[in-house]
Amino acid sequence: MPLLGKQTWKFNSEPYLLATAAVVGPKEGEGPLGEDFDNVHEDPYVGQDSWEKAERRFFEEACERAMDKAGVCGEQINVLYAGDLLNQIITSNFAARQLAVPFLGVFGACSTSMESLALAAMTVDAGFADYALAATSSHNSTAERQFRYPTEYGGQKPPTSQCTVTGAGAAIVGKQGQNRPRITHATIGKVVDLGVISPFEMGPAMAPAAADTIAQHFQDTGRTPEDYDLIITGDLARIGHKLAEELLEQQGIYLGDKFKDCGILMYDPDQSEVFSGGSGCACCATVTYGHLMKRMGRGEFDRILVCATGALLSPMSSQQGESIPCIAHAVVIERGESTWT
Amino acid sequence: MDIDITFLWAFVVGGAICVIGQLMMDLTTMTPAHVMTTLVCAGAVLDGLGLYEPLIKFAGAGATVPITSFGNALVHGAMSEAETNGIIGIITGIFEVTSAGISAAIVFSFFAALLFRPKG
Repeated sequence: MPLLGKQTWKFNSEPYLLATAAVVGPKEGEGPLGEDFDNVHEDPYVGQDSWEKAERRFFEEACERAMDKAGVCGEQINVLYAGDLLNQIITSNFAARQLAVPFLGVFGACSTSMESLALAAMTVDAGFADYALAATSSHNSTAERQFRYPTEYGGQKPPTSQCTVTGAGAAIVGKQGQNRPRITHATIGKVVDLGVISPFEMGPAMAPAAADTIAQHFQDTGRTPEDYDLIITGDLARIGHKLAEELLEQQGIYLGDKFKDCGILMYDPDQSEVFSGGSGCACCATVTYGHLMKRMGRGEFDRILVCATGALLSPMSSQQGESIPCIAHAVVIERGESTWT
Repeated sequence: MDIDITFLWAFVVGGAICVIGQLMMDLTTMTPAHVMTTLVCAGAVLDGLGLYEPLIKFAGAGATVPITSFGNALVHGAMSEAETNGIIGIITGIFEVTSAGISAAIVFSFFAALLFRPKG
């Protein structure tokens, strides 16, 4: 049965994660994970004349690098699953125009990385694609403009807020692979909304969704935290991550030291204006596809659970005083016997 | 008044107005725009009650530099025009005193936009 319990998919063919690529901006490059990304751009405009075009360049570069690493050309890609934070997911749409591959746009806010990876793995597992590409991006300045204030406005932010990661991540999932990790399970989350209204408190808003998906994953698979070397959330940051840990402990799930968060790992707390940590689609994508895959390649992890978290708000719903519906999707990646660099 | 004491009071009063603004930002869910308009309205109300002019006399730039002084200037202009031109003066006078500030903002923004990239 490919469906385990209520909402976990088991991929019987265990598709290969053939290649991953992560491209980031200057602030992410200065952070503690700077060495683990494929490319760090010093110019957040990447030579473009608008932030939106810059985000598109990050996206395209991540896809190009992933294809290069996998030794796959654009014509071999059977489907691209991609999404981002901008209205009508324009980064993905415009980049897909450039890539000219069959394309399905997805929107899961910052959970898009694992949402698209789960869909790519499902498509390959079902035999609808030999090669599926999953990609996502975010840009600090486009997200500021989209969700908060114009970038030239310079409004103050409270310490509970987060810093949207500038960058993009892409992954290629394939049926055949050698010496590469495999995607074995995905747990699709439910929308959870406990009534947080402030768009400066995304982490605490998303924590219940993350806890719900992680708890459901253990219930559906019959596994325990001991089965994993790392359980990592997407972008809960310092406040939300603590909250998720408490929510899981209330359900009797103790994750301890192996419970991490991409948003916390991304920046040094002493960096300027990172507030409680990173956020954005690129946060989970670049940390997973850059940092975590490097560490897995060195043999540091055998099996990890990546739970990307998304706040499904729009500027309109936020202005009308509505609370923030949140979601989290988790994907299991296994190293098998392989190591790589 | 001793000149040193004038500086001290300007610093204390100007700083106190900023502290109020910062507390509004930190302790409430008000946006920066809400804080700004609230302070402008507070300045206008204080001048309507005849309290802002004494504050300016006492603290000088400590009271004229913060945004509250813009509300004060709006009301001040309207009131003084009303005295000379009657009820229509309320309308014409609103920007009487503040026009220097508004025009300066437009003119200097223009020059800044020539030198720097104006769109974010």
